[in-house]
Parts: sequence; C-alpha cells; structure tokens
Amino acid sequence: MSETYTLYNNTVMDHFMNPRNMGDIKDADGVGEVGAAACGDIMKISLRIKDGKIEDARFKTFGCGSAIASSSMATELIKGRTVAEAMQFSNQEVVDALGGLPPVKIHCSVLAEEALKAALEDYSKKHPESLNDKKAVTA
Amino acid sequence: MRNVFLDHQSTTPVLPEVFDAMKPYFMEAFGNASSLHKHGLRVRDALAVARKQFAALINAESPEDIFFTSDGTESSNLAVKGVAYANQKKGNHIVLSETEHPSIIASVEFLEKQGFTSTKVKVDREGRIKPEDVRAALTDKTILICVHHVNHDIGTIQPVQAIGKIAAEKGIAFYVDAEASAGWLPIDVQSMGANLLSFSPHRFYGPKGVGVLYRNRKARIVSMMHGGVQEGGRRAGTENIPAIVGAGLAAQIAQEELSVRIAHTATLQNRLWNGLREKVEYIKLNGPEPGPERISTTLNLSTEFIEGEGQLLLCDMNGIAVASGSSCVSKSLKISHVLAAIGLDHALAQGNIIMSLGKDNTAEEVDYVVETFVKIADRLRGMSPMWDEFQRGVIDSVIKPTGRGKSFSDHAAHISGKAAH
Ligand code: FES
Repeated sequence: MSETYTLYNNTVMDHFMNPRNMGDIKDADGVGEVGAAACGDIMKISLRIKDGKIEDARFKTFGCGSAIASSSMATELIKGRTVAEAMQFSNQEVVDALGGLPPVKIHCSVLAEEALKAALEDYSKKHPESLNDKKAVTA
Repeated sequence: MRNVFLDHQSTTPVLPEVFDAMKPYFMEAFGNASSLHKHGLRVRDALAVARKQFAALINAESPEDIFFTSDGTESSNLAVKGVAYANQKKGNHIVLSETEHPSIIASVEFLEKQGFTSTKVKVDREGRIKPEDVRAALTDKTILICVHHVNHDIGTIQPVQAIGKIAAEKGIAFYVDAEASAGWLPIDVQSMGANLLSFSPHRFYGPKGVGVLYRNRKARIVSMMHGGVQEGGRRAGTENIPAIVGAGLAAQIAQEELSVRIAHTATLQNRLWNGLREKVEYIKLNGPEPGPERISTTLNLSTEFIEGEGQLLLCDMNGIAVASGSSCVSKSLKISHVLAAIGLDHALAQGNIIMSLGKDNTAEEVDYVVETFVKIADRLRGMSPMWDEFQRGVIDSVIKPTGRGKSFSDHAAHISGKAAH
C-alpha cells in the first residue's frame, strides 16, 4: 500500500519524524512548561538568551504528532528573534509555517505559543533588567 | 516497508472466497429480492441461505430471527430504540453498562430526550459488569437490559449468561452487543438468554455494508426505517444482496475455523504481551490478562510518559497499523469513555494504544512489532518532558511508583492550571 497516506501534511510529518531542536538547554535562561487544558498534553520550551536575543531554543513535548511538530516549528521560528519580538509570537505563525493543521489540532500550536511565552516570562523574572531592554525595543 | 495490520478491531479484509461468492450478485444475479420474477426469486434464495448461515453462527432458534441492516450501528440503534418504542406502555427505563459502544450509549441518550430514563451500571477496574449490579439497577419500569458480550475497547468478556438469567426471571428484553465477539468467540443466543444480539460481518472477514440483528419472538420491536416490508417489516429498504451473501459465507467460515482462529490469536496475544512487558518498562495492559476473561485478539496498552497518537503515528511510519484511545486522537479531545470508566489514570489513558490481532498475523510479525515498539517508546520518551521529570524525581510513575515526586495528574493540573479530565 502507498505510504503517501499520512494523518498530517508532509511538513507536519517531517517535523514530527525529524524534530528540530528537541532537547533541553543546560542552564537555560528561561524555561516554560505548560499543559493543554483541552487534551492534557504537556510542552516545555527552554531558551538561551544573549543580549536580548534568542540564541537557542529547545523543546520537549508529551503530546500528539501535531504538538511535537508545532514545538519543533516554533523553536525553529523564534531562534534569532529578540525577546520583544518573541513576545509578539502567535500560534498562527506556527500553523502557517506548517502548512496548516486540522481544526481540532489548532490548540496544539497554541500550546507552543504558551510554552514559549512561559519561557520568556521565566526569563524576565530571572532578568528584571531585560524589561528595560524590552521597552527600548518596543518604544 | 513492512505491512503489519494490528487493527482487526476496526475491520478486516474480505476473504478471497467471500469476494468470489459476492461477484455474481453485482451483474448477473442483480435482482431485487422484493421482485416476483425469477431475478427476484433467485436472490431471495440467496438471502435465505445467508440467514441460515447467521442463525448457525449464533445458534438462533430460527433463521427468521435474523434481520439484515446496513451495519453494526444501525443494528444497535434498531435494537435499543426498537425495543424502547415497542414497550412504551410497559415502561420507560433502560439498564446498560457505562462501557457500552457509543452507538448504544448515544441511542439511549437520544431516547432520554424523548422521556425514557436509564441507569448505567458501573464496571470494575478491568471492565467487568457484575450481574448483581444489573439486578440492582432494575425497576418495575425497566423494559430493556443492554450489555456487550466483549468490550470493544479493552476486550473484557462479560458474564452475559448470568445477566440473561436475571432478564429472563424478570421478563425484561435482553440485548447483547456482540460486535467485538462475533466470529471470534462461540456465541449461543439460547444459552445466553439473549432476545436480541447484533454484530457486523466486516469484523470477521466479511464485507462492509451489512449488519446483523438477531431478535427472537420474546422481544417486540418497532421498525425505525419505514417503507417496504423487507425483513418482515422490521427494516424497510432494498437488501444489500452481494454484501449479505458474502457476509453469510464469512459467518460460515468463521464458525468452521473458530477454534483454529482462537488458538492462533491467543498464541500471538501471549507472545506480543510477553514481549512488550519484558522489553518496555512502565507498560500496562488494560482489561483482564490474556485468558478466559479476555478476547484472544486484542491488547489495550498504556505506555507511561508518552502519548498515544505519537505512538500510533510512529507505528504507522513503520508499517504497523494500530488504534488509540488517547484524547489526542479523538475528535472531542476526550479519552476513551471505557478507559475513564475503569478509572484509568489520565496519564495512562493518554499513553494508550490498541493492538488487535487477526487470523493472518504471524509470530514473526509479532516479534517485529515488539522490536519496533521498543524503539518507538524510547524515541518518544526521549522527547517527553515527563520521562525526564520522572528520571529527576519530579513526578512519579503510576504503574510502578517509586514514592518520589508528585503524580503526573497533579503536575499536569499544576502547570495547566486545570485538572485533567
Ligand atoms: S496537544 Fe493534545 S491533541 Fe495535540
């Protein structure tokens, strides 16, 4: 039988089968772990931030294929962005970059956004001075 | 790539001889069984043969008690609603278990909106219904008892005979859903005391598009489908002759091969479960252990610290077809109601997959599945924050608690700000 029948599109399957940035960051500058109220899945994103810029991002996910692909894509997308830019990140970016997700699976991409924001929040708690940077950038 | 089908619970391929038997009924013997000319009479004969084959499979008193529908769901709708409406003057209460198939639960819920009431009998942690709980649920308004022979999800074999005795003693119609057992376990409607029993031939190598409902004269039903007087007036609509013919033959072959199929799948079931439990840590079998209380075809498994859809996808990528009861695979984002009913921890329900064997699976395939699944579990655990947190003692295992860390559910509730369902 053909192997071309898959539950998700090729991009999603690729990120599920070959996840980018999977893992943890040792002594991360910010770590966010969130759970999806809808289905009970869990996602964790760790960030290394230098000079207000995201140098590295890693994820770990307990969740469906679309959650794993979303976290892989989200970490890909935010690397290199400033903290202020990353604060504006939306799950729609993940959905678009993945070439779309089934409607019932949109919440998995929301989980990626939430995990990222939780990591940024953790970072700003640990680095209150970064808030000033943020103002500088958004001003 | 390998191609290992381990989802026989969902459906099975049609047997070649069944397909051959169906072929003449598309173009050559294409008649409508209601017609009075030779074309109609010829297929009427074919219908009669199939009715006999089904009656034999379940030891029905008479082939006249076999009705053809379009599938298992229609059969269970007809059984539940048909009996309920036929007995409205006698009462309005239905007793069922909380682990019935959705087609039965949803039919009962529909009836509740029409003024009927119901009691759902609880099951134990392995999904068993206690006959005495059924008795205790009865009222003087009870008109129907619905239970399944084998659970569609976790494979528990129910004490239907004992429940049938209670039903007979009280003179209440007794309906058995044999969807997950027909063709895989001996069925004797008379010794079960079933007044109604339904199943789908596509679960035992027959075609889709036909369902069977057995109903004996002790249970009155009204028709749900109105029109002509096909099926003794119980189910209007032109019969799907090719499917019925093929299904009848599939039933006959299932009956002939029953003991061989049971022995074969039971051997593989043991091999698969023993292989998995030896090689995969923190894995649990849901429902009874392989043996007299479990159907020989299925394993319902929970692998801790990883989610079921990911397992299903990776199995699929390795050519292994399985099912899952995780919330992530359901359109409603809810875990299987059967897993909820047996009180399975949410974390374990999330890690659920179902492997169901068939007559053509081999020991070699089972070994491949074990070997592949070990890698899949490792890989997903490598990606899972829960596995890592378990290693660090932040959360504990439900299957083999170490006494360190909090429960997964507490942890999940803590970080999501909401209790898991
Ligand atoms: S995160 Fe649970 S369905 Fe995707």
